[in-house]
Amino acid sequence: MIRLEKRPSPSRFWLYATPPVAVVLTMIVGGILFAAMGKNPVAVIRTIFWDPLFGEFAWYLRGQLLVKAGPLILIAIGLALGFRAGIWNIGAEGQYIMGAICGAAVGLAVFPTENRLIFPAMVIAGAFGGWLWAMIPAILKTRFNTNEILVSLMLVYVAQTILAKASTSFLKNPEGMGFPGSRNFSTYPAAKNGYLVESLGLHWGGVAALVTGVLAYILLTRHIAGFQIRLAGQAPRAARFHGVNPTRLVVMCMGISGALAGLAGLFEVTGPAGQITIDFNTGYGFTAIIVAFLGRLNPLGIVLAGFLMALTYVGGEMAATNLGLPSAAIQVFQGMLLFFLLGVDVLTNYRFRLPAAAATVGAK
Amino acid sequence: MTGTGTERGSTAARPELLKISGVTKAYPGVIANSDVGFTVGEGEVHALLGENGAGKSTLVKMIYGLVRPDSGSMTFRGQPYTPAKPAEARRLGVAMVFQHFSLFEALNVAENVALGMESPPPMRELASRIRAVSEEYGLPLDPDRMVGDLSAGERQRVEIIRCLLQDPKLLIMDEPTSVLTPQEVEILFKTLRQLSSEGTAILYISHKLEEIRALCDEATILRRGKVVGTCTPRERTAREMAEMMVGATLTPPERHPGEKGPVALGVSDLSVASPIPFGTSLKNVSFTVAKGEVLGIAGVAGNGQDELLLALSGELKVEPDRLRIASHAAGDLGPVERRKAGLVSAPEDRYGHAAAPDMSLIENAFLTGAVRRGLVNRGFIDWGKTRAFAEEVIAQYDVRTPGPEVAARALSGGNLQKFLMGRELNQAPGVIVINQPTWGVDAAAAAAIRQAILDRAAAGAAVVVISQDLDELLEVSDVFAVLNEGRLTKPVPVQGLTMDQIGLMMGGAHGMEVAHHAD
Repeated sequence: MIRLEKRPSPSRFWLYATPPVAVVLTMIVGGILFAAMGKNPVAVIRTIFWDPLFGEFAWYLRGQLLVKAGPLILIAIGLALGFRAGIWNIGAEGQYIMGAICGAAVGLAVFPTENRLIFPAMVIAGAFGGWLWAMIPAILKTRFNTNEILVSLMLVYVAQTILAKASTSFLKNPEGMGFPGSRNFSTYPAAKNGYLVESLGLHWGGVAALVTGVLAYILLTRHIAGFQIRLAGQAPRAARFHGVNPTRLVVMCMGISGALAGLAGLFEVTGPAGQITIDFNTGYGFTAIIVAFLGRLNPLGIVLAGFLMALTYVGGEMAATNLGLPSAAIQVFQGMLLFFLLGVDVLTNYRFRLPAAAATVGAK
Repeated sequence: MTGTGTERGSTAARPELLKISGVTKAYPGVIANSDVGFTVGEGEVHALLGENGAGKSTLVKMIYGLVRPDSGSMTFRGQPYTPAKPAEARRLGVAMVFQHFSLFEALNVAENVALGMESPPPMRELASRIRAVSEEYGLPLDPDRMVGDLSAGERQRVEIIRCLLQDPKLLIMDEPTSVLTPQEVEILFKTLRQLSSEGTAILYISHKLEEIRALCDEATILRRGKVVGTCTPRERTAREMAEMMVGATLTPPERHPGEKGPVALGVSDLSVASPIPFGTSLKNVSFTVAKGEVLGIAGVAGNGQDELLLALSGELKVEPDRLRIASHAAGDLGPVERRKAGLVSAPEDRYGHAAAPDMSLIENAFLTGAVRRGLVNRGFIDWGKTRAFAEEVIAQYDVRTPGPEVAARALSGGNLQKFLMGRELNQAPGVIVINQPTWGVDAAAAAAIRQAILDRAAAGAAVVVISQDLDELLEVSDVFAVLNEGRLTKPVPVQGLTMDQIGLMMGGAHGMEVAHHAD
């Protein structure tokens, strides 16, 4: 029997080799899945990974990469800070929705006033909405020791209900001929999050994502708060001995991840999505969990992982339209990536061993 | 008084029970046992003597079927002996009492005993057998009591009785006295001698030399996984055996008592509920420590030592007036503010409490050194300065490591402890609180650590040393007190204290007085 044996110290090789190996395994097993569905696996894989970058429509799809990667990176970095501290915010999707609703509400409240301060005010309101939604599990955890995984996850469904209400009643477009959904921000210049560089798909959300990546990296490596986050995740008792206040740490990490998810929602609703609708959220908050781990909970890694995941989104949509692949198959494909990542990750701390020596002694 | 063992026949006359020859066991990166061999006769009390890490535990785990040797052979009662698992070892008549008990605190004594048996009899029958065995061997134990309510000594009795119910031919005891008061040790020895006279052999693992001299017929001495000698303990001095065990001559630490200054740490009427499940709450603890003074706090593990450290380090906050650092109320301060006020502390558990095992020594230096060594500048960590601090500690305290960027868990217990002690002592502290300064540390490193503590006291620091090692406390302390069930005895000067007095301060033997005086 093959046994797993703990390494004396974590393998540096596998730390960096894990993500590419996981991607390759996902391609192989995903390919088998696609073949079983009667599709040509090579064509599907090429459509997902190659065409968006170098295919016929790459001039347009390349820009879509940053559009999709931006919110994923922004949310994943916030989540990663919490994950590093052992605080498991699984409800970024809900915080994303609430950020979008709060930010949009501020903009819609002053429609059609034109003022330079409207968009910044909406950004602040968006971050505040996500922060507020994350404070619910944070305070329940610190006061009543509830499990933040369950509470934050369940609050996603509450947020979705509020979203449905918002798009059919309190944020509904009065000139929308009775259709659900808010006014479209693309027709409201003061509140619009337009492209800064259209060919790159760069809007304020993308800027925020890249800047946050750099800031989070500095926080984790140079700042005492980052040290405390890492310490609390690795050795909770040592963290208390160092002087970390566990309550404050939970509030801080949940707050940052909630605010960043809220920001992502705000940039999305005022930009690519354009309006609050019942199905405004597309799962960025959940996919960002995969992105966070794929990036090894390291902010710079997350930026790369965000682009990789965006590729599967953009390429997946292409595969859906061009090859008739069901969108659920793409979601399975993305889930596989996390599965293999965590599976291969075992090799960072463990190695396989054939207990040959022990077997001979036992046979005597 | 422990030296008066019953007279027994010479070891040569004993029939051979267990013979081990050429046993080798390697783990990745370390050879735990190399070509080890010795023989235990029937009814013999045989000591396995060695420092921490000498390979004693691995060796007995192989005898008990928990670990398989890479090579070598064992015979038991004349038959080849290769137990694949502990159940097989028990069936053949080998029983073991572990250093760390495997008991369920929420179950009663009889239930715990039943859990360790292959086919336990009905509960009532088992309870009466427990009573019978415990009376026969002078180890009173109520089968209906909850294990969570028992003292460490009583818990050990549960383990011993569990073994005795199997009627073993060989009983292995791993560091059995580390959790006992001197009186309890005396009672345990009486039981072991009785067992030995009835023909049960005992393999006794310890590094406490006086105990081995009092109890054991033969000793096998291990160093770095190899047998370096055998002796008859009664014919050797403790010092001779220590030098065989360490492989070097030992020098006791030097004392240069400084002038006793004003009170640096004052604790008055401190009561704290334990944050640990089945922990011990502190009850009305009061003491003062002056500058240049060392207060030694003894006590059997689990009597409130961990809680006292948490309350002193600031991890547990108390009312402001209950704790004063240099006469300023400090009870409500957290660890960072207490460090600022001059109090540093070193918890017992190195891997996970005093240090983050997966972090580098540099990061671990920052862990407590941040405040007093000024390693933070406007929230940002000065890694250059932190590395210099780590290197300073490594050099000054002779920490054996490839470099400061190595993870803490890669260091041996003694090396890491030297690093962690140096980290606290090199912060120019006014008050130092240490729980178990040399637990699991080899003799040479332990001597260096004790010397460093004494040097700091001589330089004017007030020191509190919490330890279960009485010899250590008597060596370093000026004043001595005992923590017993969360209560601290009145501190008394160490000069002129006898072991008997200390034993009485430690509460004698828990629940054992009747049995003790009956003999």
